Amino acid sequence: MRAPLSWIRDFTPITAAPADIADALNQLGLEVDAIDEPGREINGVIAAKILDIVAHPDADKIRLADIDFGSGQLRVVCGAPNIEVGMVVPFAQVGAVLPGDFRITKRKIRGVVSEGMLCSGKELGLGEDHSGILTLPGSAELGSDVREILGLDDTVFELSITPNRPDAMSIVGVARDLAAHFGMPFEIAAAATGTVRDSIDDVRVVIEAYDRCPRFVARTATVVMRESPAWLQRRLTLAGMRPISNVVDVTNYIMLERCRPLHAFDLGRLAGRGIVVRCADDGEHMTTLDGVERQLTAADLLICDAARRPQAIAGIMGGRDSEVDENTTEILIESAYFEPSGIAKSAKRLGLRSEASARFERGIDPNGAMDGADAAVALLLDVAGAVGHESAIDTYPNPVERPRITVRTARVNAILGTELDGASVRSLIEPLGISTTGDDAEFVALAPTWRPDISREIDVIEEVARRHGLNNIVRTVASAPAGTVGRLTHAQRDRRRITDALVGAGYSECLTLPLVSVADLETVGAPIDSVVRVANPLRAEESVMRTSLRAGLLGAVARNCARGNPDVALCEHGTVFFAPLQGAALPDEHIMVSGLRAGVLRLAPRHADRAVDVGDAIDAVYAIASALAIANVVIVNAVVPGMHPARGARVLVSGVDAGVAGQLDRDVLAQHGIMGSVVGFELDVNVLLAAARNDQRFQAVSVYPPSNIDLAFIVDDGVPAAKLVNTLRANGGELLESVRLFDTFRAEQLGAGKVSLAFALRFRAVDRTLTDEEVSVIWNAAAAAVESEHGASLRR
Amino acid sequence: MIGSAKPHELADELIGRAGELAAAVEAGASEVASLDALAELERTVVKGALAEVKKGIKAVDGTDRARVGQALSAAEARAKAAIEVRRHAIAAAQRSEAHERERLDLTALGTGYERGHLHPVTQVWRELEDIFLGLGYQVYYGPEAEDDWHNFEALNFPPGHPARAMQDTLYLEVGEAESTLLRTHTSPCQIRLMESQPPPIYAVMPGRTFRRDTMDARHSPVFHQIEALVVDRNVTMGDLMGTIDVFFRALFGPDIDARFLPSYFPFTEPSAELGVSCPFCERSGCRTCSNTGWIELGGCGMVDPNVFSAVGLDPQEWSGFAFGFGIDRIPLLRNEIDTLHTLLWDNDVRFLNQF
Repeated sequence: MRAPLSWIRDFTPITAAPADIADALNQLGLEVDAIDEPGREINGVIAAKILDIVAHPDADKIRLADIDFGSGQLRVVCGAPNIEVGMVVPFAQVGAVLPGDFRITKRKIRGVVSEGMLCSGKELGLGEDHSGILTLPGSAELGSDVREILGLDDTVFELSITPNRPDAMSIVGVARDLAAHFGMPFEIAAAATGTVRDSIDDVRVVIEAYDRCPRFVARTATVVMRESPAWLQRRLTLAGMRPISNVVDVTNYIMLERCRPLHAFDLGRLAGRGIVVRCADDGEHMTTLDGVERQLTAADLLICDAARRPQAIAGIMGGRDSEVDENTTEILIESAYFEPSGIAKSAKRLGLRSEASARFERGIDPNGAMDGADAAVALLLDVAGAVGHESAIDTYPNPVERPRITVRTARVNAILGTELDGASVRSLIEPLGISTTGDDAEFVALAPTWRPDISREIDVIEEVARRHGLNNIVRTVASAPAGTVGRLTHAQRDRRRITDALVGAGYSECLTLPLVSVADLETVGAPIDSVVRVANPLRAEESVMRTSLRAGLLGAVARNCARGNPDVALCEHGTVFFAPLQGAALPDEHIMVSGLRAGVLRLAPRHADRAVDVGDAIDAVYAIASALAIANVVIVNAVVPGMHPARGARVLVSGVDAGVAGQLDRDVLAQHGIMGSVVGFELDVNVLLAAARNDQRFQAVSVYPPSNIDLAFIVDDGVPAAKLVNTLRANGGELLESVRLFDTFRAEQLGAGKVSLAFALRFRAVDRTLTDEEVSVIWNAAAAAVESEHGASLRR
Repeated sequence: MIGSAKPHELADELIGRAGELAAAVEAGASEVASLDALAELERTVVKGALAEVKKGIKAVDGTDRARVGQALSAAEARAKAAIEVRRHAIAAAQRSEAHERERLDLTALGTGYERGHLHPVTQVWRELEDIFLGLGYQVYYGPEAEDDWHNFEALNFPPGHPARAMQDTLYLEVGEAESTLLRTHTSPCQIRLMESQPPPIYAVMPGRTFRRDTMDARHSPVFHQIEALVVDRNVTMGDLMGTIDVFFRALFGPDIDARFLPSYFPFTEPSAELGVSCPFCERSGCRTCSNTGWIELGGCGMVDPNVFSAVGLDPQEWSGFAFGFGIDRIPLLRNEIDTLHTLLWDNDVRFLNQF
C-alpha cells in the first residue's frame, strides 16, 4: 500500500514532518517499509514556455528554442523532435540538479551556447520515456517549480498492512489513524447521492446468492471516455497504479482512497441491460480482462448479464466482453459486498490475486457501498463529463449492523497492565470511529463496520493498546510460580549428551535438509516403501521427507570431498518421517542420530596415518552408549542396505534394535564421487533414551590386586567374537571384572577357515586377594563353556 | 707393626693414616667417572683400608682413645661425604644425559586429536533454552509434521483465513488433502502444551519449521524458531514486554532495549512485532540494522481468547502471552555469517570448525 501524503491531507490537515508521520504509522501498527520522495533529487527545474524555434546553423537534428521562464527569456539548444511553439516544458537552469546528482552548466553545443536544458521524463527520473521533452499542463505558471506541478514534492509512505486491517488498505483508513494519533480533525466530504430505488429505467439487478453477495449497489452514468486529467494520473502513479482511462482510473481511485473496489461495466454490452449474480456451474469458463480463459467451479461467484452470461468473476476480475473501451458511452458501476472467504478461496484456486480481491477477501465495509458508488459518480462528473443518472439500485436485504461490544475498563487494565480510567479508554478509541455509551467502568462500544477486526472486547483492548502506545506500557516480569524450577527433562539432557559425546569423539555437527528425493534415499539404502511425500514440493530434490539422516550426511561428505576436505567426521541429530502407524493420523516421526567418518585419520608423525575403518563407527556407537551409561549394547553382524554386505551390523540396545553401523558400500560412494572409505552409524534416539541410565548405584571399588589371565581360542572364522565374550562373561561369575578381546589372527597352522581370538580376563574380589587355584577353576569352566558352545578350542 | 710402638706414636700414626686415606678418597672420587668405579673406590678404601685403620684403635692407649676415635670418625665422614657428593654429581649428569637423549620438539606435536564442533545453531539453541530455564521455564518439543488443527485452526486461523496466505505451507500426502502439513511455525507447540497440561504454564519451545520457499541468501524452506508461552492468572502485556526485555538482555547484553510495534497474528491479541536495539552500533545505525538502529526479530502478543477456548481454557480465568522469533537470525547476526544457506545446509567443515 502506497500512501501519498498530499492525498492523506485531503482528509486531515496533518502538518507533522514526514519522519514523524512515519514514526506515528509504525507506532500505530501500519508498518512503514519505505518513505519515497520522488522529487528529492530534482532542484532548480522550472516551467518554461517555448516562444520560437529556429534551426541550428551547423546541425540538422538540433534546434534552438527561445523560451520564457517567467522572470526572463533565454535561447537553449534542444535535440528533441517533439518541441513546438507554445509548449510548456520543464527547464533546467544553469545550476539546476537532476536525479543522479547531474548538475547543469553553461555548455557550447556545436558552437552555440546553451544556458540550461529542456528535460525529458527520464531526465527527471519519471519513468523511461526519453523520446521527447516532457509536456507540462498549459496552465502551469511559468517559472514555478516542476516538483509542485508534477506532484513530485509529495512524500509517499510505502506501508505493509497486516491482513486484519482492510480499512488501512486505503488513504482514508491511514488518514483516520493518523488524525487520531495527532489529535487532528478527520472528515470525508459527502458526495451527492441520488434517489435509491430497485430499478433504473430498464436496468435490473437479480441476486441469486445472497450468502455470497449480501449487498449489490449499481449506479449508471453516461460518460465520455478519454484520458484522466494529470492530477488524477499523478495520484494513481504515486500510489503505484497505472492510469488506463478516466472510467477505469476513477474506479481504481475510489478503491485506493476508500477501500471500496468498484467495477465499471459497459452497460451497452450487458445483454438485457441487467445483472444476475450467481454461482458458476462446474466446468463453465470465461475470459477475464487479462485475456486468459478461466475454468470455473460451483464455488466461484459470477456477475452475469441478464442473459446469464458471465461478465466478471465477482470481486476478483472483470470479463473481456463488457470491458469499457474508447467506444463506451454508458456504464454501470458495481459497488458490492462479497462474503470474504468465498473470494479468498476463488482467488487462491484461480491463482488470481488482484487489488480488488485482496480487499474483498479481508472484508470491506458493507455499509459503505452506496457512498463509494456516489463518490465515483461525483468524480466522473468531473473527469468524464458524465451525466450521472439520478438514481441507484441497492440490493441489501439484511443490513449488517455495527457490533455492540461490552468493554470493562478493569479488563482493559488487566490485559494490558495499565492503570487507565474509563474516560481515557473511551477517548482513545472514539477517534477511530468506535462510539461508546454507558458507564466508564463498563460501557458498550459500537464498532464501525469498516473494521471487521473489531467484534470482541479483546479487539477493543487491542485498539486501546495501539492508541495508548505499546512503549508507554510499564514493563514488568512474569515469574514462574514459587516452587517450580526450570530444568531439562532427563530425555532432553540425554539428547544433549548424545551430540556432545560425538563432538568429543571428533564429529562435527551438521544440519541437512529433511526434504530429499526418493533417489537420495534409495542411494544410501534408506527405506522408501513408507516414505511420506510432500504434496506441493517446489523442487523434485525436496519432494519427500527423509527416512534416514545418512542421505543428507553423505551429501555433506561428498560436498566436502569435492571441495578438497575428504577427511571428515560429520554427525546429525534430527527427525526422520514414515507413513502414519495404524490408527495414527500424523506421520511416524523418529529422532535419529547418525555419524559418518570418511577418508583418512591423520595421525602422523606420532602414529601412522590410516584409512577410517568400520571399527571407528563401532567406537562412536560405544561413545554414545558410554555417555548415556548404557551397559547393554550388542553388535550383531548383519546385511545392511547401502553398506558393505560383509561389514555391516545392527545395534541392539538393551535387546531393542536401535539401528545400524558399518562401512558404506563402494557403489553408494561411487554415486557420490567419493573415492575413500566412509563408515558410519545411525541410531534411534528414543531407543537410546529408553536404555539410558540415570540411577546408577554405587559399587564398592576393590582395594585387592587383580588376577589376570589371557585365553586364546581357535574357532571357525565367522563366529562373532561378541558371542565368545558373552559366554566368558556368563561363566566368569561375579569375580570376573572384565573381558577384552586383544588379538585376532588367521594363519595356516590354525587350519583353513579358522581364526584365533585372544581375550584378556581380569578377576578380582572385593574382600580378599584371589588365589591362583580359585581363579583357575573359574576360567577353566569359562573356557570349557566357550569350547562347547562355539566349537572352539583353547590354545594351550 | 702397630702394637709395640710408643703409646702416643700409635695414636698419631692412626690419625695420620686415616687422614691420608680420607684425602685419597676425596682425590679419587673427583676423578671417578662412573657409579661403578665410585662403588669400587668406596669398597676398597672406605670399607677396606679405612675400616682396617679403625680396627687399630683397640691397641691405643686408653688416654688417647677418645682423641683417636674422634679423628677416625671425622676421617670416615670426610670419605663418605666425598663419595656421596660424587655419587649425586654422576647421577645428575646421567639424568641430564638421559633427558637430552629424550628431547622432543613439542612444536611438532599436538595434531593427532581433533574434537568436533557443535553446530552454531545448536549452540544458540541451547543458550536460548538455558536462559529460559534460568527464568523457571520448561522446554517442550512438538512434532514437525502437524495437522491443520494444531498449526492453524486452534491458533485462530479458520479455513480461508487471509493470514493463512502469509505462510506458504508445505503439505504432506497424508490423509485428506491439506490435512497434514509441515509446521509453518513453532506455535502449534503452544496448543499441544495447553492440551496436555493444566496451567500455570511457563514454557519455551524451540524447533524446526518449514515454508514453501526456495533457498537463497535470506530464505530457506527449513529453518528454526523458538516460541515462549506463559499461561497464568493475571498475566499482562506489561509482563510480556518486561520478560522480553530480560530475555534479550541475557542474550545480547545489559544495554539492549526491546521495541514493540503493533502488528497482527491470529493467535495473539494485542499483537506486536518485536525488535531489539542494534547490539552492534548501539542504535547509531550500521549495516546490520540497515541504519535504523533496530533489528526486527519476531512477533509476540497476548494469547487470543479464541485460542484458550480451542484448548478448553476459560479466557476469563486465564491470561497469557506468547512470543517467538527465528533462531537462525542470532548466529547470522552474532557471527556475521553471510548467508542463511552457509549457516544451515552447506556443512563445509571449514565452516563448522570455526565455531
